[in-house]
Amino acid sequence: MKVNTMAEFMARGEQPEVLFWVGCAGSFDQRAQKITRAFATILDKAGVSYAILGKEEACTGDPARRAGNEFMFQMMAYQNIQILNGYGIKKIVTTCPHCFNTLKNEYPVLGGVYDVIHHTTFLQELIEQGKIKFTDSNEWKGKSISYHDSCYLGRANEIYEAPRKVLESLDMELREMKRCKSKGLCCGAGGAQMFKEEEKGEKRINAERADEAIETKADFVASACPFCNTMLSDGIKNREEQVNMEVLDIAEIIAKAIA
Amino acid sequence: MYGNLKQFQTNNMAIISELLFSVVTIIALFLFSKQLLAIKRNIAIGKEVNLSDQPGKRWKHVLFLALGQKKMFRNPLVAILHIIVYVGFIIINIELLEIIVDGITGNHRLFSHFLGSFYDFLINSFEILAALVLIACIVFFSRRNIVRLKRFISKDLKGWPRSDANAILIAEIVLMSLFLIMNAADTKSSFIISSHIQPLLKEFSETQLSIIEHSAWWLHILGIYAFMNYLPYSKHLHIILAFPNAYYASLLPKGQMHNMVSIQNEVLYAMQPALAPTNAAAPEKFGAKDVMDLSWKNLMDAYSCTECGRCSEACPSNTTGKLLSPRKIMMATRDRLEEVGKNIDKNNTFLDDGKSLLHDYISVEELRACTTCNACVEECPVSISPLDIIIELRRSLIMEESNAPSEWNGMFSNIENNFAPWKFAPDDRDAWTAQS
Repeated sequence: MKVNTMAEFMARGEQPEVLFWVGCAGSFDQRAQKITRAFATILDKAGVSYAILGKEEACTGDPARRAGNEFMFQMMAYQNIQILNGYGIKKIVTTCPHCFNTLKNEYPVLGGVYDVIHHTTFLQELIEQGKIKFTDSNEWKGKSISYHDSCYLGRANEIYEAPRKVLESLDMELREMKRCKSKGLCCGAGGAQMFKEEEKGEKRINAERADEAIETKADFVASACPFCNTMLSDGIKNREEQVNMEVLDIAEIIAKAIA
Repeated sequence: MYGNLKQFQTNNMAIISELLFSVVTIIALFLFSKQLLAIKRNIAIGKEVNLSDQPGKRWKHVLFLALGQKKMFRNPLVAILHIIVYVGFIIINIELLEIIVDGITGNHRLFSHFLGSFYDFLINSFEILAALVLIACIVFFSRRNIVRLKRFISKDLKGWPRSDANAILIAEIVLMSLFLIMNAADTKSSFIISSHIQPLLKEFSETQLSIIEHSAWWLHILGIYAFMNYLPYSKHLHIILAFPNAYYASLLPKGQMHNMVSIQNEVLYAMQPALAPTNAAAPEKFGAKDVMDLSWKNLMDAYSCTECGRCSEACPSNTTGKLLSPRKIMMATRDRLEEVGKNIDKNNTFLDDGKSLLHDYISVEELRACTTCNACVEECPVSISPLDIIIELRRSLIMEESNAPSEWNGMFSNIENNFAPWKFAPDDRDAWTAQS
């Protein structure tokens, strides 16, 4: 698919409406790339003028900062802010809650002030504005789904409703897990856990969360974070008894229903 | 009003009693203020941080989080029982005012002279509350010792913390009973709850009743003074510190970590050397190794902790059997702070004792297990952030000790060289566009 970079926009002397911050998972992880493509497809179909940084994008520094490496975080933040400010970026949309949190909350004091929006909120807006239209017989209608709250979207930034409203707009039946919204259980990836072996314990956190998702007996699990998606998919896959429950990002669900 | 009672007492006895009471009151208040000042001094060991912006929002937190106990209502039944104990405790202590005035002036139910029938209404309300507090404390006691809820039988509470919690509940049960017995033994009056105890006291003579009333009166007030002076050693200190702790709670989104300006500047000067000041300050310590490296708010958090364990019950690591327990992080911080405080008392200044919060009180394994999910922060009824302390200790581990698991070192070097936490070529960052 053809996606314009900021450099290309700049060369044409144009400014896109919004920058799509893809994030490292969305750029490199094979599973997360599907989410990225799904969201880019939606943006195209909704007629949103957007660009990516492409090769100029770099890690926001979130995992380094949470691990305790403030130097590395500050270095990444400095570079990213230089690039973002250099392009005069005003608005950023991202499919990763960790990038979202860092760009929105932690870059402003460092001189990077942008209107940052998570893709679930962006999708909700597009639906409300009528820019996204669903096919008459969307394949999700009547299907049940359980939404897993990402910590960095939920508790960290109190976004609980947007992803749920998006799913409801597809006439899906929402089934909450035992622990949801502000009580939602972490998938186990945050705080740089994604990049190391879990500490020893009785059970893996993603297995615990997968069990809760399965208990809902929903047809699908919805995620809004590439890391949650990986953790939950692994948790469901690694169970002794086989369960057929697919973990899908909100963007993937919308992309399939769009007219 | 005093009537017959007075005849049993000589004037001398009354004067001794009044004097004794005044002395006990002064000593109790003196000791209590001394302890509060000691705690204030210990909290001030922490690093300065300005948390007085947006007073409007902060007062709202005091109103809803502390006074309204908003977080407790995540479990409404427990919230109601807790609010009964709390309201009961405060309101019944209004009666304490009369007890103190009576004690100092040698009067009996002094306020009844001014308040008339409203006085009876007041005491009746106090009695109903006292009975409710009694019931709630019995329920709480059985939740800890008979039902044995998971968070109460946790190994975090082994030893003193468990006895502390039970001691408080027993003390409240005894205090409330004394209040009711005192009123019951006052046969001149009849109040809504204590009047039902009066038949049990029928056999006693007036002299004996007077002794019972006076003993209950003395035990009640001495009990309150003892309780007050016990507070600073106890998890129960939250009844005072919940208020300032709510006021100074973070107003930032929970996901926002606080910025380290020194490192921000260091990176800035490395990138733009022209900006570097000529007289650059000596590099400070990064993160927190010990309690004096934490902020005063972190330390006030430690004193505010009531060890209820809602944090650990919500912690994904703790509930899946990892060593980390946010409650234990807070308890360890308070223990270490107390130790540092004693060290300062003894030596006038802190003398290195070869120990630190990191390693000696909180292990690397605990810190490594945190997912920074904020569940502990979300649950805390008294506005504590265990996560803030965990992060500061992690910063010290990484930046002072270069103590990281090898996978994290790999992640750091990937970010540094490839601008992503994985070892992918930066040139492939937009490779996803190539596929359909």
